[in-house]
Amino acid sequence: MGNKGIKSSRRKFVKKTAAIAGTLVASSLIEPFKLLVYATEEPKDEGPWWGVGIDISKCIGCGLCAKSCKIENNVPEDPFFFRSWVEQYTVYNDGTVKVVSPNGGIDGFNQEEDKENIFKTFFVPKMCNQCAKSPCTQVCPVGATFETPEGITLVDSEHCIGCSYCVQACPYGCRYIHPESIVADKCTLCYHRLTKGIAPACMEVCPTGARIYGNLRDPESELVKYMKNNSYQVLKPNLNTGSKLYYNALSAEVI
Amino acid sequence: MPEQLKRLFPLFAIFIIIFLIIRHLLIPDTFGLYGHYRGDALKDNANIELVYASKEACIECHSDIREMLEMDEHSDISCLSCHGPGLEHVENPETANIEKPGSREFCGRCHAINPARSTNMIIQVDIKEHHAEKKDCIDCHNPHQVWEIKE
Ligand code: HEC
Ligand code: HEC
Ligand code: HEC
Ligand code: HEC
Repeated sequence: MGNKGIKSSRRKFVKKTAAIAGTLVASSLIEPFKLLVYATEEPKDEGPWWGVGIDISKCIGCGLCAKSCKIENNVPEDPFFFRSWVEQYTVYNDGTVKVVSPNGGIDGFNQEEDKENIFKTFFVPKMCNQCAKSPCTQVCPVGATFETPEGITLVDSEHCIGCSYCVQACPYGCRYIHPESIVADKCTLCYHRLTKGIAPACMEVCPTGARIYGNLRDPESELVKYMKNNSYQVLKPNLNTGSKLYYNALSAEVI
Repeated sequence: MPEQLKRLFPLFAIFIIIFLIIRHLLIPDTFGLYGHYRGDALKDNANIELVYASKEACIECHSDIREMLEMDEHSDISCLSCHGPGLEHVENPETANIEKPGSREFCGRCHAINPARSTNMIIQVDIKEHHAEKKDCIDCHNPHQVWEIKE
């Protein structure tokens, strides 16, 4: 009895396993189940893999990047919608830190402060970090935000339902809900320009070359050379977002 | 197997089929083509219209100014930094539809004194006091050749 029972239960087990495996393989051939297969597929190692470099020591805070971004991407005028903006950090001798970003820097900066009290001051241009492990894409309930094969995080404005989970998930504050279309909006690294081989608007107008972009897979690209020659850092490295926005001369005060 | 369980199977089958049909209808056509997103979204994003021209576009017709610019300190600055988007002008150059800002405020965007600006990157002047006898910066400096000072 005992022996027979084991045999029959083993047979049952093998049968069931085979059935489950067979169903999985068969169902993966059917179109709607392609997603199951994708989950285990590795990203392909071809084509460009875009990253961005910002050299804080070169930035003069003209704010043309923020201005051109608004014009190029139809970002609302109001001073709380930004895809790209510039902050000025001022560290005083007593250790306090002040951060200002008048209108996101789109009209430039003018500081008339007593130089005596200032320990250090610098501009920090900010934009989407194009994370390789984006926290924002992970929370989207409908798959309307995603990383392209080129490593750019985009929003599918037709599919987005405007739930704003991603706005909260982004640790860098780089997303907002567009007041007209009521869907999430963010920096696309000017995907519509990149795909035509033209530089993003903010890089096009930067007068000092403080902003650069490049293909991280190409050892000859401007960005890779910049990374080899500078001690770059990303924002909030402890969050392990896989940020691909590399800052040079980043001070510890910057958050 | 008890009879009542057997009778439940068709019911389950119907539920699953209905679920699959609804799912099929709700998922957009190209969803999952490249990943967990609508494949056509890449095309949609790439087809957005440009507003800013590219740097190279201006040189075709204004090579003289490019050469002039290259000889002086503004050589690294793009035409678009000062003249704005410019695509409208490239497509329709006959009309004067492009900005030409030469005011003290505009040059001050880059040249006004600010301790956060590195003096290695940019020479700064007090835009209110610097040669206040003339109104605009371009009344003296040629924007394309800044050391060509008009009297
Ligand atoms: C297809 C040829 C063409 C291209 C490309 C072109 N321009 Fe022009 N541009 C012209 C012509 C022709 C005029 C003269 C129009 C006039 O006098 O009203 C002109 C005039 C101008 C003016 C003076 C307008 C005025 O009000 O006096 C500026 C500034 C200018 N262009 C800047 C640019 C910039 C910046 C670009 C690049 C984005 C550019 N142009 C690209 C043909 C071109
Ligand atoms: C530093 C800012 C700046 C840059 C960079 C710049 N311009 Fe200008 N440009 C001006 C200003 C300001 C005027 C108006 C000059 C005037 O009214 O006297 C002007 C005038 C012009 C004119 C009208 C004709 C003339 O000579 O006055 C043309 C054409 C022109 N720019 C083309 C260009 C092109 C092409 C480039 C890029 C190669 C360029 N500009 C780069 C600021 C700039
Ligand atoms: C987008 C930023 C920007 C704007 C706007 C701009 N400049 Fe400049 N300018 C620069 C930079 C950057 C340099 C320095 C280049 C270098 O040092 O290599 C420079 C250099 C100069 C110099 C030469 C200083 C030297 O190093 O000897 C003069 C003069 C000057 N600019 C005048 C002007 C005037 C006048 C205007 C307004 C029409 C103007 N600039 C607008 C960025 C700008
Ligand atoms: C009345 C004519 C005049 C006007 C207006 C004028 N400049 Fe100048 N600028 C000069 C002369 C002349 C020099 C040569 C050095 C000097 O006299 O300071 C000069 C020098 C400069 C320098 C180089 C300073 C240095 O230390 O090497 C810059 C930068 C500059 N000007 C920018 C501007 C800007 C920006 C404006 C507008 C706010 C402007 N200029 C308006 C005549 C003028």
